[in-house]
Amino acid sequence: MQKHTFTISLFVGIFALTVLAQFGVINQYLQSVIMLMGVNIILSTSLNLVNGYMGEFSCGHGGFMCVGAYVSSVITVLCFSKNQILGAPLLPPSLALLAFPIALFAGAAVAAVAGLVVAIPSFKTRGDYLAIITLAANYIVISAIDNMEIIGGPRGFMGMNATVNGMKGLLDIPWMLLWVLFGTVFSVWLLRRFVTSTLGKGVPAIAQDEIAAEIMSVDTNRMKLIAFMLSSGIAGLAGGLFAHILGYVNPHSFDIMKSTEVMVMVYLGGMGSLSGATLSAVLFTVLLEVLRPLEIWKWVVIPLLLILLMQFRPEGIMGNKELSDLFPKLKKFYSFK
Amino acid sequence: MKGMTVKVLVTVLALALGAVALMGCGKGEDVIKIGFNLELTGDIPKVGEASKFAAEMLKEDINAKGGLEVGGKKYKLEFVYQDNEAKAESAVNAALKLITQDNVVAIIGPNSSKQAIPAGGACNDNQTPMVSPWSTNPDTTKDRPWVFRAAFLDPFQGPVAANFAAKQFGAKTSAVLFDIANDYSKGLAEIFKTEWEKKSGAGTVVAFESHGTKDQDFSAQLTKIVAAKPDFIFVPDNYNQVALIIKQARDLGYKGPFMGSDAWGSAELMTLCGKECIGQFFSTHYAAAGAQGATKEFIDRYTTKYKYVPDDVAALTWDATRLVLQAIQEAGKIEKDIKAERKIVRDALAGIKQFDGITGTMKFSGTGDPSKCAVVVQISPEGKFEFKESVCPQ
Repeated sequence: MQKHTFTISLFVGIFALTVLAQFGVINQYLQSVIMLMGVNIILSTSLNLVNGYMGEFSCGHGGFMCVGAYVSSVITVLCFSKNQILGAPLLPPSLALLAFPIALFAGAAVAAVAGLVVAIPSFKTRGDYLAIITLAANYIVISAIDNMEIIGGPRGFMGMNATVNGMKGLLDIPWMLLWVLFGTVFSVWLLRRFVTSTLGKGVPAIAQDEIAAEIMSVDTNRMKLIAFMLSSGIAGLAGGLFAHILGYVNPHSFDIMKSTEVMVMVYLGGMGSLSGATLSAVLFTVLLEVLRPLEIWKWVVIPLLLILLMQFRPEGIMGNKELSDLFPKLKKFYSFK
Repeated sequence: MKGMTVKVLVTVLALALGAVALMGCGKGEDVIKIGFNLELTGDIPKVGEASKFAAEMLKEDINAKGGLEVGGKKYKLEFVYQDNEAKAESAVNAALKLITQDNVVAIIGPNSSKQAIPAGGACNDNQTPMVSPWSTNPDTTKDRPWVFRAAFLDPFQGPVAANFAAKQFGAKTSAVLFDIANDYSKGLAEIFKTEWEKKSGAGTVVAFESHGTKDQDFSAQLTKIVAAKPDFIFVPDNYNQVALIIKQARDLGYKGPFMGSDAWGSAELMTLCGKECIGQFFSTHYAAAGAQGATKEFIDRYTTKYKYVPDDVAALTWDATRLVLQAIQEAGKIEKDIKAERKIVRDALAGIKQFDGITGTMKFSGTGDPSKCAVVVQISPEGKFEFKESVCPQ
C-alpha cells in the first residue's frame, strides 16, 4: 500500500485541485498560473530528453510547440466553431469532450513528424551545427505560418473557446485545468517510462560516447529519431493545451524567446533529471508571476539569479540526479516500473 | 550538503507560491481601482511606458482635486499596473490577476493586438470592462460586449492614406513595402492595395513587396520598387524600419515621396531617420505640433514632466482612461459588490454615444469600436509632426 502513496496522492491532488477550482477557492488567476505551470513542465521535461539525456543542443522547441498548437486548434475550430474555411461547424458541441483529446493527440503527432526536420540531419551532424538546424526549424515553422493566410497568418488564429465551452456545456467543471493536469502527468510518465526502459538507455549512451554506443550495438540513428520525435511530439501536446488555455494563438508567441525560456528551465533544473526539469518549470513560472510587480527590474533579478545559480551550482538545481536519489526515503512511497 | 540546497530551494518555492496566493488581498474604502495591463517589458517597452506615464499624470490630476466625484461623493483613484511582458499568455495572466486578485473595476490595455485579443477574451469571460487604447485588430472587440477600444481600425486608415496620397501627390501609381510578420503592417498594406486599385484601376499598385520583422537590409525589395517607378511608396511599418527603408531607397536613387501610417508616430523616428524623413507624410491619431485646446495642454504638460513629446499611445491611453472614468461617473453610484459595479460601468460605457477626447471626437455605435477622425501629418524641417489635414469617416 505504501508503495502506491505517490500515485494515489497524485490523483487525489488532481481531484482536489479541480474541486477547489470548481468552488472558486482557487481563483481564475491561480488556475491560469497552474495551467501555464503544467504546460511549462511538459515543455521542459520533453526538451530535457534531447538537451539533457541525449546531450544534444536543441534550441527550436518553440517551433514544435507551435505546430502542435496550430494543428490541434485548426481541428477543434473546424469541428466546433464557425470559421472562414468551412463555414458552419462540422460537429455538434456535445462531441467536444470526445474530439478534444483526439485533436490534442493529432497536434502532437504532426509535431512529432515535424521533429523529423531535426531528427534526420542529426544522423550526420552534432553539437553546434545541429543547434543551428534546430534554430532554423523554429524559424521555418513561424515563417510558414506567417505566410498561411487561411489560418490568419501573423494576425493569429482564434475560435478555440467554442470547444472548451462545448465541454462546459456537458458538465460545468474547469475542464482545461483537468486536461492540463492529465497532460502533464501523462507526459512526465511517458518520458520516465522511456528513459528508464531498456530501449531508452540508448539515449544517455549517445550522450556519453556516440561511437562507443554504436559499437555496443545501440542503433544510434534509430535512438535519435525516437528521441527527437518523442520530444517534439510532447512539445506539440503542450502547444495544443496552451492554445486552448488562451483561446488564441499567434505564431510569434512561439519564437526563439519561447525556445530560450524552455532551455533556461532545462538548464536550471539540471540536465538529465526529470524531477529537476519539473521543479525548475514550477520555479520559473512562479518567479515570473511573483516578480511581475518589479516590472523592468524583473529582467535584472531573474538573469542575476540564473548567473548566481550557475556560479554556485553549475549542474543546475538537481544535476543529473532525481529527487529520489537525494532523498532515498522517498523510494518507499512509489513503485515505478 | 546537496540535500540542504534542495531543501532550501523547495522551501523558497513553497513560500513563493504562498506569496502569489496572498498578493493583492488588501482592501480600501472609498477608492476606485482601475487596472492597467501594459507592455512594460519585452519587445515594445516604450509603448507600455508612455501608457503608464499618461495614466499617472491623469491620476495625479484627479487625486489632487480630491478624487473622482461619483454620485456626490469623491473617491480617490488607485491605478494598478501589471506588466504583460508583450507576451500573449502573460497578458491573460495579468488580466486575470487584475480581475481576481486586485479586484479592479475596469482594465485599460493591453495596447498591442497580440496581447489585447487573448486578454480581451479573458475580460469578456470574466465580465470585466476592458478598453484597449491602441489595438487595431478587429478581433479584439468582435463579439465581445465587455471590450472597447479608443483607436480607429485599419480598414479606416487604409483609405485615408490612399485618398490623401492621390490628392497630395497627384499620384496614379503606388508601391507598397510592408512587414509580412507584423499583422498590423500586413493588414494595412492589403487594405491600402484594395482601396488604391478600386480608385485607380487594377495594376496601379506597381510593386507590392514584403520583408521580415528583424530585417535591416531592404535593397532587394527597394530595387524592384524603384525599377517599377511608382509615384509614391506606402510604408505601413514601424518607425525603426521606416528610418532604414527611407535611407536605403534614397541611396538607390528614389526621389519621390513616401506615405506612412500611425506606427511612424514615435518620438524616436527623427532621431533614427534625421533629415531624410523631412517632408514625408503619415496618417495618425493626433498631431502633436500645432495642437490646440486640451490636446495642447496634455502635450505641454507631458513634455515638461517626462522630457519628451508624447506619441499617440500616450494620448490614446489618456482618452481610454478618461472614457472609463466618465463611464464610472455616468453610472451615478458605486456598488459595494465589485461584480455589480463592473456591470453598471460596462452598461455606462456602452451607453456613451459621443466622447470628446484629445485624439478627436469618438462616436460609438454599440460595437465597442469608435468612429473617429484620422489626421495626416507632415514632418517639418524641425522634425515636428505638423498637422496637414483631418480625414473623417463619412
